[in-house]
Amino acid sequence: MSKKVLMKGNEAMCLAAIMAGCKAYFGYPITPQNEIPEYMSQHMEESGGVFIQAESEIAAINMVYGAAAGGVRAMTSSSSPGIALKQEGISYLVGSDLPCVIVSVSRGGPGLGGILPSQADYFQSTRGGGNGDYYIPVYAPSSVQESVDLTIKSFEIADKYRTPVMVLVDGLLGQMMEPVEIKDYKPTLIEKPWATNGDSGRRKRNIVNSLSLNAEGLEETNLRRFEKYKEILKTEEMVENHVKDGDEMAIVAYGTPSRIVLNAIDILAEQGIKAGLIRPVTLWPFPYSTFANLPSSVKNILVCELSMGQMIEDVRQGVQGKHPIHFYGRTGGVIFSPEEIAKKAAEVAKGGA
Amino acid sequence: MTTKIIFSGFGGQGILTLGQIVATIAMKKGHHVTWMPSYGAEMRGGTANCAVVISDKLIGSPLVDTNIDALCAMNDASVTKFLSKVKPGGNAFINSSIVTESPKRDDITIREIDATNIATKVGNPKVANMVMLSGFLKDTDLFTMEDIEGALHDTFGQKYPKLIPLNIEAIKAGA
Repeated sequence: MSKKVLMKGNEAMCLAAIMAGCKAYFGYPITPQNEIPEYMSQHMEESGGVFIQAESEIAAINMVYGAAAGGVRAMTSSSSPGIALKQEGISYLVGSDLPCVIVSVSRGGPGLGGILPSQADYFQSTRGGGNGDYYIPVYAPSSVQESVDLTIKSFEIADKYRTPVMVLVDGLLGQMMEPVEIKDYKPTLIEKPWATNGDSGRRKRNIVNSLSLNAEGLEETNLRRFEKYKEILKTEEMVENHVKDGDEMAIVAYGTPSRIVLNAIDILAEQGIKAGLIRPVTLWPFPYSTFANLPSSVKNILVCELSMGQMIEDVRQGVQGKHPIHFYGRTGGVIFSPEEIAKKAAEVAKGGA
Repeated sequence: MTTKIIFSGFGGQGILTLGQIVATIAMKKGHHVTWMPSYGAEMRGGTANCAVVISDKLIGSPLVDTNIDALCAMNDASVTKFLSKVKPGGNAFINSSIVTESPKRDDITIREIDATNIATKVGNPKVANMVMLSGFLKDTDLFTMEDIEGALHDTFGQKYPKLIPLNIEAIKAGA
């Protein structure tokens, strides 16, 4: 059985989290993600879970630490400056190998910035602001349906690899409504023998901690974690590649801006310029290999981001100098139009930019 | 085919709900649809608008800046902001109870609807948004009265079923 409903991205991600068996949500209000704590305040309790409006973003991420250590599926959400505040907690979660999901609905920055859509948190999400050697998987959906599917997947990946996972959307996707097909889904919960859940004295007590004062011991823990990352890099990469043989240009964009690029590609087709979209779905692991194996017809690559250019560094790493790379971006909450992108792409195609 | 609609007016006029009802109709008819609100620092009495895009193929951008196929404008600010962006041959539905200026474009179909007054006569000025739908029924083939009733049951059916008859009466009074 499945049913189709019209939902906002923010609300749809909550529904997905509850479907995935999320039993603890902790948050603190910030635009443009306020529908998330609002929805969770209504629905967590009725699904047998816990909702707490924390006193700050930092408190919320540390509550997630506690809930995750206790073995339940836990989530927090925020927007750019709020996610910045959570970075310490994310590093501690990684350091303790705790699974959780963090939803980031980004807005213009730096600082308090604005409330309109932005993608200037690519570095924050994929490189992290927390201390230490670590990565976390980052999913970047581009539709409300995909934000449901990837939120559910995030909980599975978090448990499978014992890692925090981020779902990164911009304010556009958080705010927009689209039809969503809600399918029956039953989460598969795995055993968590490491959890500090009491267990009535039947086993030796568990300790969840990120402190390790023995250098060799800490190195060993980090090396083990990077073995896990190797596995993630090998198996969890997701990308949508529409570039066909004969296309003279690849346009790279993620999230909702990739949809604006699709409109631009239609405009370019009318002008006789063949271009194809590459949309990274996982930002870490980044689909580097897609860029190493583009058809020989591709003369130029155009990267479009709602930022001054952050993902472009990963594209460069993937392309390895085989194709010239160009950039078009708007920042601060300004959203580019399909016409703007098409104009830039046409200039690039003519060799002018 | 892709149809781009803008609903615009004062916050509190039911603009976002109206867009949501139209988006629900489109969904129920099996179309692709997006609903995107303006979400600046909006408040009651300020301006509010939303863009609804309906298409038989996957929708790219949910934003509507130019080439509007149909505009539903419920106050003066909405006419000032969006009327010039309606594409030639498009439709504009104007709430003439509130809009003071007579809108001028001879390359589009303009229908002035005395929506707030009609809604007040029906029993509640808050259903002026629904009266505006009568314009769509007359001048576009996007949906029928039956489609609207179905979407109303989906939108209000669970929480506020009592509101449905008044809303239907409002649309009929506009027709």
